[in-house]
Amino acid sequence: MAEQRVQWFKFASPPNFYDLAGRLAPWFGGLAAILFVVGLYIGFILAPPDYQQGNSYRIMFIHVPTAWMSMFLYVLMAVYAAIGLIWRVKTAEVMAKAIAPTGAMFAFLCLWSGALWGKPTWGTYWVWDARLTSQLILLFLYLGYMALHAAIEDRQRAANASAILALAGVVNVPIIYFSVVWWNTLHQGASITVTSAPTMETVMFVALLVMTFACWMYAIAVVLWRARLELLERERRAAWVLERTGEKA
Amino acid sequence: MNGLATALITLLRRDLILALRRRQDALVVLGFFVVVVSLFPLGVGPDPQLLRSMAPGVLWVSALLATMLSLERLFSDDFRDGSLEQILLSPQPLSLLVGSKILAHWLITGLPLVLISPLLGMQLGLDGTEILILMTALLLGTPILSLVGAIGAALTLGLRGGGVLISLLILPLYVPALVLGAGAVDAVMYGSSAQAHLSLMAALLILTLLLAPWAIAAALRIMLD
Repeated sequence: MAEQRVQWFKFASPPNFYDLAGRLAPWFGGLAAILFVVGLYIGFILAPPDYQQGNSYRIMFIHVPTAWMSMFLYVLMAVYAAIGLIWRVKTAEVMAKAIAPTGAMFAFLCLWSGALWGKPTWGTYWVWDARLTSQLILLFLYLGYMALHAAIEDRQRAANASAILALAGVVNVPIIYFSVVWWNTLHQGASITVTSAPTMETVMFVALLVMTFACWMYAIAVVLWRARLELLERERRAAWVLERTGEKA
Repeated sequence: MNGLATALITLLRRDLILALRRRQDALVVLGFFVVVVSLFPLGVGPDPQLLRSMAPGVLWVSALLATMLSLERLFSDDFRDGSLEQILLSPQPLSLLVGSKILAHWLITGLPLVLISPLLGMQLGLDGTEILILMTALLLGTPILSLVGAIGAALTLGLRGGGVLISLLILPLYVPALVLGAGAVDAVMYGSSAQAHLSLMAALLILTLLLAPWAIAAALRIMLD
């Protein structure tokens, strides 16, 4: 127990984190690439067409993992932001900032693939469906977080201020979700459900699972790499940075 | 305790006096609200049925935008003349002092919106009960707008282009209030009861009252650090 604790603290220190992230990120990246290829192969070639939607349902293999990722990353970002705010852990602050663009990208991809999926199934690119709308608001929350981070010049202050925003956002996300669901059922009957087939075939499920893991690995790789660069920039005058960049030059 | 009460009342009175001396600030917000609502019929056409069905949404979105407009000044004047630092240095709990400032802000900008809303509701063709529900919903909702908006105002304190940034930060967080507020009026319009919406709005107000002052105080401390 004591050993584990020591290790956690060890990797919270910027130089150790920098080295570890540098070593881990390529592995996660490679794993993501392999899983994407495997997942897309299963999803696009092995899985049979849906009896109702034909081939268009295959967008699900992009759409659903990105939706999950965008929501989960927001919570993760808020957790890191809270750790940074409460215990003043610099690495956590950097991680929170590094997660935001990836989360926003997933939210955007989810909306885009949802629109492309909506055209053949619902006959329109955009429906004011509860899930679509709350996903759109999630994208706005990500954008607000990044805009606030970018607007404040002092890095420490930027990290703390956006941490407050992330926490305010994460308290609000469930409330927003339920209010939007309620709004939706009030204005129009819940006629559209995203799941078309009541039960999923095993192949489809496997493809979905593999794609989700691929997205995870991609997110970890990119976030670690971005956090690494952010640390370098933040600590550019620290001895450990000069040591490491000096070696390369 | 006595010292705290004195501090809160003093701060409230000071903000109200300042607002009275500069009436145009509050009146501009009210004017904005009226003008925006009055522009909608010109944009969508004079069809009374259409206007009536759009009225709850139009009134609520306009109230949201009017509140946004007033937020930038919530802390910035005090920040510029240094009195915000004095407030931060005071021995009283900052979250309560901030609550006092927000109460003043609501009395100056939120309450007038509630009071003028029946007129605008009639303009858009709402009838008696609907207007009553609209006012109740606004009465419960505008404090939420002030409280949540104050978080954004504190976080953008002293930033260039803070006013535009506030809207990006805060408008997504206004969604629940908008949905419940407009939904309450919609509910009576379609013949059902608005009680569920109003109860949830009140619950949201209580939750916001509990959490927002803490977040605002933390944000102010960060931005004035």
